[in-house]
Amino acid sequence: MAVLHTTNKSPLQTRDLESCLRLTRPGCSILLLEDAVYGALKSIEANAKLVDAAKDRRLYVLGPDLAARGFTPEEVIAGIEVVDYGGFVDLVAEHHHVQAWV
Amino acid sequence: MTAAVALKDKEVAVDEEGYLINLADWNEDVARTMAADDNIALTSNHWEVINFLREYYAEYQVAPAIRVLTKAIGKKLGPEKGNSKYLYELFPYGPAKQACRYAGLPKPTGCI
Amino acid sequence: MSDTEADEGGNRKVKRFMIVNRKAPYGTIYALEALEVVLIGAAFDQDMTLVFADDGVYQLKKGQQTKGIGQKNFSPSYRALGDYDIEKLYVERESLQARGLAPEDLLVPVRVLGSAELSVLMDEQDVVLSF
Repeated sequence: MAVLHTTNKSPLQTRDLESCLRLTRPGCSILLLEDAVYGALKSIEANAKLVDAAKDRRLYVLGPDLAARGFTPEEVIAGIEVVDYGGFVDLVAEHHHVQAWV
Repeated sequence: MTAAVALKDKEVAVDEEGYLINLADWNEDVARTMAADDNIALTSNHWEVINFLREYYAEYQVAPAIRVLTKAIGKKLGPEKGNSKYLYELFPYGPAKQACRYAGLPKPTGCI
Repeated sequence: MSDTEADEGGNRKVKRFMIVNRKAPYGTIYALEALEVVLIGAAFDQDMTLVFADDGVYQLKKGQQTKGIGQKNFSPSYRALGDYDIEKLYVERESLQARGLAPEDLLVPVRVLGSAELSVLMDEQDVVLSF
């Protein structure tokens, strides 16, 4: 099974997510957590480009981090799946390793 | 090493200045015991301030500084209670510091 | 503050402090630390101005629910700033727009200023602390 990539920085303050997309292969999964959850929001115009670049990856966002920052699953871009901590654990178990883009 | 306040049936942990480590440990017995350790018997006037602080913290997540407490008490309970003389008589170790401690709140930010 | 900074009447000098908030809450400790500094400054009767720019505007986003991440939700504290006589809250217009946010999405009333106006305000301060 493919690699699970995690990013935890806001895409508006760092380019970690861009690097992650550039250096990963189609078929992998990317989980946005902590401040990276802003990257999953419809309200940020710049996110559309990132999501477009990730068409051939599976994208996930961590729900509790979204809620902490005052956003609901309805505000997440279609195609990005909201997972809870249990879902995070499942993703880790399903992939052969985890690469954190810290 | 943490200190503790000894209640009838259990102990609750406090920091080196006597503030509760875990805010959820608070009950009225904790306040009474802390006050008794300072040789103070809590009256309804004390409770008025303690309850006010608990409500303030629940609403704003802030242990108010003395100036803020005085002003807010004045707004809620009237000018005869919203002044430092009245509050210092109730809480001689410093109204904000001491009352926050009895109320199970953290030490007010900006207090030394 | 030292005695040497008191004026002839024995009054302490009031300085103009600006706290510049540029980080989102919870992911790092900066937002919470900045809030502490603001409350301390106000407790010492200093003239406090708060600026929220870049991801710092997210600190003021309504509806924060932190139970799931096991951290203290400190967002209600911004609503207590008025009690501390802190009324100068500025949000950078460009940052707000880039995030698709409007003033109605924020927990407290703020003044929205453009970056050019904010930079003028920044120059007028005695101390600027960036978080």
